Amino acid sequence: MSKVMDRRSPLLKTLAWSFLILWLILAAFPFFWTFWGSFKVEGDFFSKADWTWAIFGNLTQAETGGAFTGDGYEGAWIQEAFWKSAINTLIVVVAVVTISLTFGTLAGYALSRSTYNYAFWLLITALVFRAMPHITLVSGYLLPFYEWNLWGKLPTAIIVLVAINQPFTLWMLTSFFRNIPKDLDESAMVDGCTHFQAFRHVIIPVMWPGVITTGLFSLLLAYNDFAVTTMILSKENQTMVPKIASFLGTTQTKGNVMFAVASVVSVTAPLFVLVMFFQRQIVSGLTAGAVKG
Amino acid sequence: MKHKTFFWFILPTSLAMLLFIALPIVSVIIQSVHAPHEQVIVEVENCDIFGCKKSTMIDQEATQSLRDADPLGRFVGTDIYTNRNHLALAEVADAWRASSGVKDFTAQIMNLPFYKAFAFTLTYTFVVTPLVVILGFMVAVAVNSIPSVLRGPTIFLSLLPMIITPLIGSLILFWMIDSRGIIGSFIQTLAGDPNLSLKASTPLTWVMLIVYGVWHSAPFAFVVYYAGLQTVPKDTLESAMIDGASRWEQIRYVVVPHLLPLTTFIMLMQLMDNFRVFEPIVGFNASAHATSLSYFIYDDLGGETRLLSSAAATSVLTIVGVAILLTPVLIRTWRDFSRK
Repeated sequence: MSKVMDRRSPLLKTLAWSFLILWLILAAFPFFWTFWGSFKVEGDFFSKADWTWAIFGNLTQAETGGAFTGDGYEGAWIQEAFWKSAINTLIVVVAVVTISLTFGTLAGYALSRSTYNYAFWLLITALVFRAMPHITLVSGYLLPFYEWNLWGKLPTAIIVLVAINQPFTLWMLTSFFRNIPKDLDESAMVDGCTHFQAFRHVIIPVMWPGVITTGLFSLLLAYNDFAVTTMILSKENQTMVPKIASFLGTTQTKGNVMFAVASVVSVTAPLFVLVMFFQRQIVSGLTAGAVKG
Repeated sequence: MKHKTFFWFILPTSLAMLLFIALPIVSVIIQSVHAPHEQVIVEVENCDIFGCKKSTMIDQEATQSLRDADPLGRFVGTDIYTNRNHLALAEVADAWRASSGVKDFTAQIMNLPFYKAFAFTLTYTFVVTPLVVILGFMVAVAVNSIPSVLRGPTIFLSLLPMIITPLIGSLILFWMIDSRGIIGSFIQTLAGDPNLSLKASTPLTWVMLIVYGVWHSAPFAFVVYYAGLQTVPKDTLESAMIDGASRWEQIRYVVVPHLLPLTTFIMLMQLMDNFRVFEPIVGFNASAHATSLSYFIYDDLGGETRLLSSAAATSVLTIVGVAILLTPVLIRTWRDFSRK
């Protein structure tokens, strides 16, 4: 590739660099700006008079005596009990990832090893289900859930998210299992294992890279979901994202916006860490479906 | 794999998908042809010295017990589909007859909630999708040409808009474009109009949502293209170079054809995701100027009175939309499959 690069004219090079820098600013600047602003008071975060106040915190200094304040975080996490939502999110995410992966690995393995037509049709059905807007499904749940008294509870949201997650998980894991040579489990079966034993003793030890990647995406889906959790969970059981939405709904009294800003930053932080550590897996996961078709 | 083994392996997944994806679809279809029971009205006769008067009142108890006994409501057929909030057949026919021209007709149609949501959803889907593909491709080519030491951090920063919760991402941008926020006041200065507000105008709200959509999804296209660029056959590229192809010609005749299948994949994923656009409208608080089909359903489901039947009818119409959108893909997949 370096040869190709050398042949480019300086003008083209400058253009490419400036385009890339512009893109990076667009992509990342909002996050750093909001992170910085979350330690200010509302008057600085929304500074009508002079935008540099948001950087230096003039009003924050005047109101709290320091250039930074943790008031937004204190208000959100303690006063508004955001910690409760954080715990709910943790429960939902862990449960969704575990159950999705258990169901998904079993089915994905079977789909990758079956040569019958119905395996193909199952994957196509999953693709169609993948396209369903989540909110249309939610409107199908509400009445039965009210009637059977399932509405508002965490387990309900978990199982719904698992189901919504399945089509995607299936596609991804099937493509990963197809990359594990068939000879591996077939030779185990020749040695007298049943299909399930072959799966347990031969496939499970080598499947982890694919499972971890798929798990990351299930995690993102459960963590980022708004449509399902906002409709299905009662107020006490709310996870973080619908909780932030309800901050916005309450009248915009002074300070309340900063609660929302602080909690937005709190929700973003784990995602940052996730991308930092698992960048390689995320990139490989996004392309797994594409490159292999 | 034997049928029986396959069945047991696939059982948990199929059960989950059947119960929570297939049945809800059936459930919305059933709900969409039922409406809540009407209130039970009783006639009572009040007699006083001036004589007897008949008056009607609502029998709360009877209404409640009727609703409890049969929560689905009464069967109304396709009434909900054709009422003003959905396909609005009568209103459309009126508008057609009364309108003076195409422009007037469109304006009248755009006042109907379903068509308003539908128009925005389609515009969003078909504007954002190609822009995402183009921007993603450009970023991928640019990243591919920088020294490899810098690529890791660049990819990290580029992934952020995609990995972020859509509601959170739109809130972050929403606060920045607030008239008191940094981008908002910058635009005011640029336009020289201190009262300019992006939130107050319909076209600007649409532009804002579309910009958000591109910002959010471009990283996905970028990553897929970037991975694709790593697999461009070096030999072909070199022989093109020897034959005297310019940089542009190399991209046009070697790289782009190589990446074409990936483009189909990105387009498919983007069409599916963009058609359900919903969170940004909540995040940007834009429902006064732009609603999508998903938002329309969300709006019906939330609030004091949960309009389940209305939401169900919109859901069915949305699902039909998704089906139409997917048909070309499915036909192609089926052809590929039956050829094998």
